[in-house]
Amino acid sequence: MATVGRALLILALVVAAYGVLASIYGARAQRPEWVASGRRAVYAVAALATGAFAILEIAFLRSDFSLSIVASHSSTTTPTFYKAAAAWSSQEGSLLLWLWLLSLWSSLVLFLTRRQLRLVAPYATAVLLGFAAFFAGLLVFKASPFQTLAMVPAEGSGLNPLLRHPSMMIHPPMLYSGYTLFAIPFAFAIGALITRQVGAADWIRSTRRFALAAWFFLGIGVMLGARWSYMELGWGGYWAWDPVENASLLPWLTGTAFLHSIMIQEKRGMLKIWNISLVLTTGILAILGTFLVRSGILDSIHAFVGSSLGGPFVVLIGTMIAGSIGLVVWRREALRSENRLDSMLSREAIFLANNLVLVGLAFVVFWGTFWPLIAEALTGSRRALGPPWFDRYTVPLAIVLVLLSGIGPLIAWRRATAANVRRNFLFPVALALLLGVVLAAFGVGSRPLALAMFVCGAFVVFAVGQEFWRGVRVRRAMTDDGPLAALLALVGRNRRRYGGYLVHVGMAVLFIGIAASTAFNATTDVRMNPGDKTTVGGYEFTYDKPTSGATFTQAGNIEKISFGAIVTIRKDGKTVASLRPERGYYPSRDASLGPVGRYFEGEATSEVGLKGGLQRDLWTAMTPNIRALKPVIDEGDKVLGAVVDELPPEEAGALLGRSLRVLIERYEAKPPAATFRFITSPMVTWLWIGALIVFGGGLIAMWPAPDAARRRATAKLAARVAEDLGRTEKRAETRTA
Amino acid sequence: MDIVAALVILVAICGVAWIVSAPLRWGGERMQAEVSDRVAELRAHRDAKYREIRDAELDMQTGKLSADDHRVLDRQLRAEAMEILRELDDAER
Repeated sequence: MATVGRALLILALVVAAYGVLASIYGARAQRPEWVASGRRAVYAVAALATGAFAILEIAFLRSDFSLSIVASHSSTTTPTFYKAAAAWSSQEGSLLLWLWLLSLWSSLVLFLTRRQLRLVAPYATAVLLGFAAFFAGLLVFKASPFQTLAMVPAEGSGLNPLLRHPSMMIHPPMLYSGYTLFAIPFAFAIGALITRQVGAADWIRSTRRFALAAWFFLGIGVMLGARWSYMELGWGGYWAWDPVENASLLPWLTGTAFLHSIMIQEKRGMLKIWNISLVLTTGILAILGTFLVRSGILDSIHAFVGSSLGGPFVVLIGTMIAGSIGLVVWRREALRSENRLDSMLSREAIFLANNLVLVGLAFVVFWGTFWPLIAEALTGSRRALGPPWFDRYTVPLAIVLVLLSGIGPLIAWRRATAANVRRNFLFPVALALLLGVVLAAFGVGSRPLALAMFVCGAFVVFAVGQEFWRGVRVRRAMTDDGPLAALLALVGRNRRRYGGYLVHVGMAVLFIGIAASTAFNATTDVRMNPGDKTTVGGYEFTYDKPTSGATFTQAGNIEKISFGAIVTIRKDGKTVASLRPERGYYPSRDASLGPVGRYFEGEATSEVGLKGGLQRDLWTAMTPNIRALKPVIDEGDKVLGAVVDELPPEEAGALLGRSLRVLIERYEAKPPAATFRFITSPMVTWLWIGALIVFGGGLIAMWPAPDAARRRATAKLAARVAEDLGRTEKRAETRTA
Repeated sequence: MDIVAALVILVAICGVAWIVSAPLRWGGERMQAEVSDRVAELRAHRDAKYREIRDAELDMQTGKLSADDHRVLDRQLRAEAMEILRELDDAER
C-alpha cells in the first residue's frame, strides 16, 4: 500500500508539472487542445490525491504501524472516530489533506468554468497546478506520509489526547478548505492580470462563490478552534491570540474585506487595484497560515532553520509576493477606476472604510504574530505580545467595524442626502441610543468600550431588521403574499444581499457576546479541599466530593486515569448546577518513568464542568495535587518495577490494573487538595449563536440561485396553468349564468 | 514491490495518460465544442445583468438609490442587457 501511495504522489507531481506547462503553452500558442489537456491534468491530480489520501486513511483505520505516521499518531486503542482524524494531526497527513482539498476545489471551479473565461482560465489552471506541484513535491521529497519503518511496532504512540475532541475532527479540514479555496480567486486574479482582463467582471463573478465558500469554511474552522479552546484547554477562554489562531484569522479578515470591495467594482467599476491587491494578499496569507503552522517557525527561528519545510515555503511565498507586486505594477493602467467617489457620505465610502478597518485589524494581528519572531531574529530572545497588546488595538477597531456593518446596509449608493439619512437611520439609531441609556442606567457604563459595542451591535440588529421589514413591504406591495411568504420570497430572490445582512447581524451578536463575556466575567483560581466553598460573581461554588475513574481499552488495559470533583453551585441558597470537572491522565510511553508513574508524566487533559445559558456560563476546571499521591505512586513503581518484567504480559497487566485501582480508591478515600478555576461569564452563548447566524447567512448568500432557464420554464408553465384555470372558471361562470 | 501494487501503479499511469492526453487526440470539431460555448457564456452575462437590474430596483425601493440615480443606472444596465441579448440572438442563430 505504501508503495502505491508513494507512486500516486510522484505521479501527481509529474502530472501537475505537465499541466502547468500544457496550460501556459496552450494559452500562449492559442492551442485549445493543450488548454483542455492542462485542465484535465487538474482532474487527474484530484483523482491521484484522492487515491493517496484513501490509502493513508485505510492505513490509519487498520492501524498499519508499518507506516511511520500511523505508528506515531495512532494506536489500536484510539477510537475509530479519532483514527480517521489522526491522519491530519501529523505534518505529512495535513500536507496531503491540503493537496487533496486543493485538487478537488480546483477541479470543481475549472469544471464549472470550462466553457467560460477562455483567456483567464488557462493561466489560473497553471497557478492552481503550480500549488499542487509544490505540495506534491513536499510530500514526495520532504515529508512523505508513506515512510515505512524497518521494525514494525506492536503498538502505536496514539493520538495526542488534547486532539480527542469532536471539534478537532473537523477543525483542520474546515481550515484547509478555507485556505485552499482562497487559492482559487488568487489564481484567477493572476490569470486576469496576465491577460489584462482585470476590468471584466466575469472572473470575479465566476470565482465569487468560491471566495465566499473559503470565507465560510475558514470562519467555521476559526470558531471550532475557539470552541475547542473553551471546552478542552482548561484555561476558560476561547481566544488567546495564539499564533496558530492568528494565522487562520489573517486571510479571513482580508477575505472579508475583499468580499465587500468587489461589490464596489461590480457596481461602480472602482477600487480595482485595491481589490486585486486584496485577493492576492488573501491568497498569500492562506499559504502563510499553512507555513506558520507547518514550518516550525512558531516554536522558534532555530526550529524553522532546522525544519525541512521552511525553505520551500519561504521560496513559494516570496515568489507569490514578488509575482503579485510585479503583475499589479505591470497592469496598473488596466486597473484604473472607471468612476470616482462621489461623496464621503455614500455606501462606496462606507465600504472603503470597512475595508480599511478590516485591513487595519489584519495588520495588527500580523504584527502581533510576527513581532516575537522579528525580535528573536534581531536580539536572540523572543518577546511575545500578549492579549492586552492585541486588545488595545483590536477592540476599538472591532467597535468601528460593527458600527460600519450597520451603516452599510442603510446608506445610499453614490451620495446620501439628508432626507435619505433621516429616513434610513432615524429608527435604528434612536433605538440603539435608547438601549445605551437603559444599559448605562443599569451600570454598564462602568465599561465604556463594552457599552459602545452593545450600542453599535444593537444598531446593526435594528438596521438590518428595518431592511428586512422594508423589503417585505416592497414585496407585498407587488404580490399578494403574506408576511412570511413575502419574507421567504424576498430572501430567496436576493440571497446574496439578505444572506449578507444576516451575516452582519450574526457578527453583531457575536461581538456583543465577546464584549459581555470579557468585560463582565469573574475568574478565581482557588485551592480547595472537599467541603470548601468560595464565591465568584455572586455564585457560591462548593467542592462537594472527589470523583475518579479509569478508561479501559478493548484489550483491558487502562488508557486513562481521571481524577475529578463534584462541584455544586448555589445562588441565594438555591442550587443552580452540579458540575463534574475532571483531569484525565494518559500514560507516557517512556517505561523508565515507572509502570505507575508514567501515567502522570504523559499528556493530561481537562474536562471542564460547564453550565451554559443564554444569560451566563458557569465554568470550572480542576487540577488535583498529584504530588500528594507521590508516595503511593513511588511505592507502586517500586513493587511493580521489580516483578513486572518477570511476569507474562497478561499477569503484569492485571497486576498494574490492581495497583492503579488502589491508587484511584486512595484518591477518593483521602483526596488531596485541588486547584480549581471558577468562571462566571455572561453571554458567552451569544458568541456561538452569533457564529451560527453568521454561517447561516453565509450559507444563504452562497446558495446558488435556481437555474434561470428552469425558472423561466416554470414561470411559463405557471402562466399556462393560470390561463387554463381562468378559462375553466370563465366557462363555469357562463354555465351558471 | 508486490505484483498487485505494480499492477495498480501501472493502471494509474495508463489511466492518467489516457485522461490527460484525450484532448490532444480529439478532432477539431469536438475540441471546439469542448472549449467554446459562446451561448452559455452570453446567457450567464445576461442573467447577471438581469440580477443587477433587479438589485438596482430593490435599492431604489428601499431607499438606497435616489430615483434620479436609479433612472440613469437602470437605463445604462438595460442598454447593456439589450446588447447582450443582441449578441445572444446572433450566437444562437
